[in-house]
Order: sequence, then structure tokens, then C-alpha cells
Amino acid sequence: MSLDQTIRIERWTPLSRAAILIAALVLVLLAAGPLLFSNNAIDKLTTLFIYVMLAVCWNALAGYGGLVSVGQQAFFGLGAYAAVRLADAGLSVYPALVIAAVLVAIVSLPISAFMLRLKGGEFAIGMWVVAALCHLLVNLDSLVQGETGTSLIALNAYEADTRHALTYWVALGSMTAILAILFALLRSRVGSAIQAIRDNEEAAASVGVRVMSTKRIIFVFAAFGAALAGALWLATAITFQPKTYFGVQWTAYMIFMVLVGGLGTFEGAILGAVIFFVIEAWFGASGVWYLVGLGATALVFALFLPRGLWGWLERRYDLALLPLGYRVTIGGQPPSRERTPQGGPAAPAPTGNAG
Amino acid sequence: MNEASNQPIVTVSGLEKRFRALVVLDQIDFSMRADEAVGIVGPNGAGKTTFLSVLVGAHAPTSGTITFAGEDVTHLPAAERSRRGIIRTHQIPRPFGGMTVFENVFVAAANGGNFAREEAYERASESLRLCGMFHLANRRAETLGLLDRKRLELARALGTNPKLLLLDEIGGGLTDGEANELVGTIRELRHRGIAIVWIEHIVHILLQIADRLICMDAGRIIADGDPETVMKTPAVVEAYLGGSVE
Repeated sequence: MSLDQTIRIERWTPLSRAAILIAALVLVLLAAGPLLFSNNAIDKLTTLFIYVMLAVCWNALAGYGGLVSVGQQAFFGLGAYAAVRLADAGLSVYPALVIAAVLVAIVSLPISAFMLRLKGGEFAIGMWVVAALCHLLVNLDSLVQGETGTSLIALNAYEADTRHALTYWVALGSMTAILAILFALLRSRVGSAIQAIRDNEEAAASVGVRVMSTKRIIFVFAAFGAALAGALWLATAITFQPKTYFGVQWTAYMIFMVLVGGLGTFEGAILGAVIFFVIEAWFGASGVWYLVGLGATALVFALFLPRGLWGWLERRYDLALLPLGYRVTIGGQPPSRERTPQGGPAAPAPTGNAG
Repeated sequence: MNEASNQPIVTVSGLEKRFRALVVLDQIDFSMRADEAVGIVGPNGAGKTTFLSVLVGAHAPTSGTITFAGEDVTHLPAAERSRRGIIRTHQIPRPFGGMTVFENVFVAAANGGNFAREEAYERASESLRLCGMFHLANRRAETLGLLDRKRLELARALGTNPKLLLLDEIGGGLTDGEANELVGTIRELRHRGIAIVWIEHIVHILLQIADRLICMDAGRIIADGDPETVMKTPAVVEAYLGGSVE
């Protein structure tokens, strides 16, 4: 039997390379947004970027890490609050948005120390309690004055067009950074370790995965992403009222986007954010029926497409635009019984492609 | 036999494990060399699986010490013990269902084995080939049947480059042909210098590998030595087989 026994571990496909190229071109086009679009369109796109950040970060936590949280609004609210505080202390407003998210990530470290000891439903509800506590503590701040709230008045220093454009660019840059960092993280050995923990924590520990430190990485990252989204939301809304930012509806939106797009798929969370954005744009003014529609959509997906839209496409067509896993080939073909290397103590050394 | 293989790879002293008032392991003393394959038999509830769980760090002992390759590992968590070379397979396989077969073994090689990426690729491929699973490398683990899940448990354990491999009833549910195939694989592991502790109820396949046999009952070791002698020990016959065998 003539057989090319060159084992390769492939991480990219021609399709995924094309997808990355197209994504890069779209980002370049989007970067020119303020020069091409109206302020209204810029604001809407800024909102979409924030939704994408929220969706991919919640998906990282729940879809890849198995840590289903209903309290991510804690970090969303803290991000906005920290930005208000930093701006009030005299820090330039746009750097303050990013620094606020870094501070919240630091705060999430001690929170992770006790929250990550909880499992399943206890973790989910525990995070909600954390969010409620953060809300109450922020209300005590004299600057915020309870539910009266305050404003990011430092933004008034910018002329309206400039403000819209700057907020847009910071949101676009933040979303791009979040996506790039998360993609790299999930493709690294941390990514495979966190998925192993999701599937079976005890078995993961038994093969050498440092469970707590790995979970902490994804927890802190998700906190950072939610905080950055919260700070950016503040930059679009300008006003800060605690109940608006610490409301559980934010996590409900995250869950909706990820469930509809595809839990545990990188592309799915982005798709879910786009779907949510479109639904909101078209039906958001319909009052209570909008919420009924959202609930019904989530229900339909849970019943008939439990893996979400992208999850279904991925399984049905073996589609991966942004692949995170490892695909083994021998001589360019998937392995089979005929294409399994035989004999000798060692298989031919495999080689990886770009990572 | 070289000098290193004369040294005990693992030594257990006065090991006790209680779950509230229930004593599951009762003052276990045990030692084995790096070149040994030790079989463990005993009735259900004897404490065999708990013994393995305490050895790998899944359960903390109530008292006693565990020394591995000269280091006291009694209080090390499971992940750190795995990184030092102690690994187990589970009686009921625990695959990482959402990952492929290759990724299951890769994660073991990259973490427990401490291999760099290219080495981990190589290690994972080799482990899969050795366990006859290479052709399933791209299959999602949740789609595997029982036999392949058991093979995956073994391949994943091998991915960590173990020094001491603890097998928990890995032969259960296999046909004679499959069991013989498994024995061949485990024999190959012995040739590679991996110390083996194997809990198994299918004694005839266990005896093809074990050069030393232990019988446990009620949390204690009641016999330890040459397999043939142990199987004829009256206490073993009474505890394990429920009476004398004519």
C-alpha cells in the first residue's frame, strides 16, 4: 500500500483564511465609518460593537468555560461607575473608559477567589447576588446619589460630531481587541484546558489542568469585557443611573445573543449580537411586544435549534470560519483505518500549521 | 533490573480515608517499584477505587502519607500529581465530550505532560496510535461508544507521559477479543517502563499483566504477593469468592 504518512495538525483552512481576510477588510472599512456615515448610523454601529463585546465575553465564560453567570451586569455597571469616578477625578475621558475596565478586571480577581468555588446553579445565582451587592454599594457613593445618578459631563468638552466619532472609534477598537485577544486565548493551550474543564472538571484536573487558575483567566477576561462594554455604553448614553446599568436585562441580552447565535461557537456569539441588534432596530419601539418577541424567539431556538444558528450550520456543513480546534490529517486527508500509521514504536512526527 | 527500578516509585504509609463515620481505607501500607505491575482485586465496597482516588489526589486522605518518586505528594492537588507522572483512568469513562478525540489527548499532553505544542502533537498522535484510535482523531468524543471511550481514557492518560498508571476496571464490558487487544496495549506500556496498578474484576486478563497481586477487603489489604499464591489464600477466597472453590 502506498501511503503518504505525513501527519499534520491543521488549525487553519482555506475558508478560515479567507474569512480572516474579509473580516480584516470589513474592520478597515468600519474604521472609516465616521467619514462615511451619519451620526445616527455611527451611534447604531457603536451599539452593535458593544453588543458583540457583551456576547463574545459571555460566550467565553459560559460556552467555553461552562460558567453560566446571570450576574455579568455587575461588571457592566462597575465599568460605567469606574469611568464616572475616574473622569470626575480629572482623568481624560476616553482613556478613563479603558482604565475603568482594567480596574474592574482587578476587582474581579478577589471576587473570583470565592465565586469560582461555586458550581452550576450556585455560581449563576451567586453572580446575581454579587451584581445586587455592587449595585447597592455604588448607590452609597455621594457622587452617584443613590438612584438619582450622575453624568459623564467631561464628554461635554467635545463637540458633538467629534464625540460621536471618538466613541465609535474607541468602541470599534475595543471590540476588535476583545475579539483578537479572545480568539488567541481560545486557540492557545488555555483554550483547550478551559473546554476540558467545561466538559468534566474532575477529569480535567486528573490530566494536569490547573482548574482554578484556568477558570480565573476566563472569568477575569469576561469581567474586563463586560466592564469595557459598560464604560462605552456610558459614553453613548452620558447619564449614569445605577439601576439602568446594574439591571439583569443586560445578562438576559447576553444570554439571548449567545443562545440564538450558538453557545460555545466563536462565530455564533457575533452572529447572535447582529441578530439581536437587527431585532432591536426593527422592533425595539414596539414596547412590550418587543420583549414578548424576544422571549418567543429564544424559546423557539431553545426547542428547535438548541445549538443556535451557527451551531447548527457548523454541525450541518462542517463550517468553521474562525476555527479554534485541531484537525488531524494524513497526507492531506482525514485519518481512517487505512490511513493509520502502523508499526514501529512511534508514529511519524506530526507538524502543525500556523499554530 | 537497574538500580532506579529497585527504588519504590510510590510508598503509602498509614493511609486512612473516612467519609464521616465510614472508614473506607483503614491504615493502608503499600509500596511498589517502577518496574512492577500490581493487580488489585477485592469485593465491591472494598475501597479499591477510593484507594486510586486518594493516590491521584481526587480525594484527600484523612491521615497517612503518600510519597512518589521520593517526594511527599500527600497534599498536592490532582493536577500537580498528574504533572509529576501519576495518572488514572476512570471506571466510567469521562471524555471531554465537546472536544475531538485528538483534542482530548492533546489537552492531557499539553498540561499533564508539560509538553511544548509540537511535542504535545507528537505525544497525542502516538498515544492514539498505541490505543488503536488514530483513525477517530477528528471525531467528537461525545459520539464515541463505550469501548472507544475506554480506549480514549487510556490514550488520554498516556498523553501525560505517566510514570505510574492507575487503571480502574478498564476491561469491564469488553469482549474477549477486545480484552486481549487491551492486554497487548498494556503490555506495551510495561515495556516502556510505566509502573501499573490495575483494579480489575476480570481476573484472567489481570493475571496476564500483573506480577504482583493485592486483595482488598473492608478498606484493608488482606493479601499481597505472587498472584497465584494470593488467589489461593483462604482469606482471599473467603472475601472475594465468597467461600472455597473446589
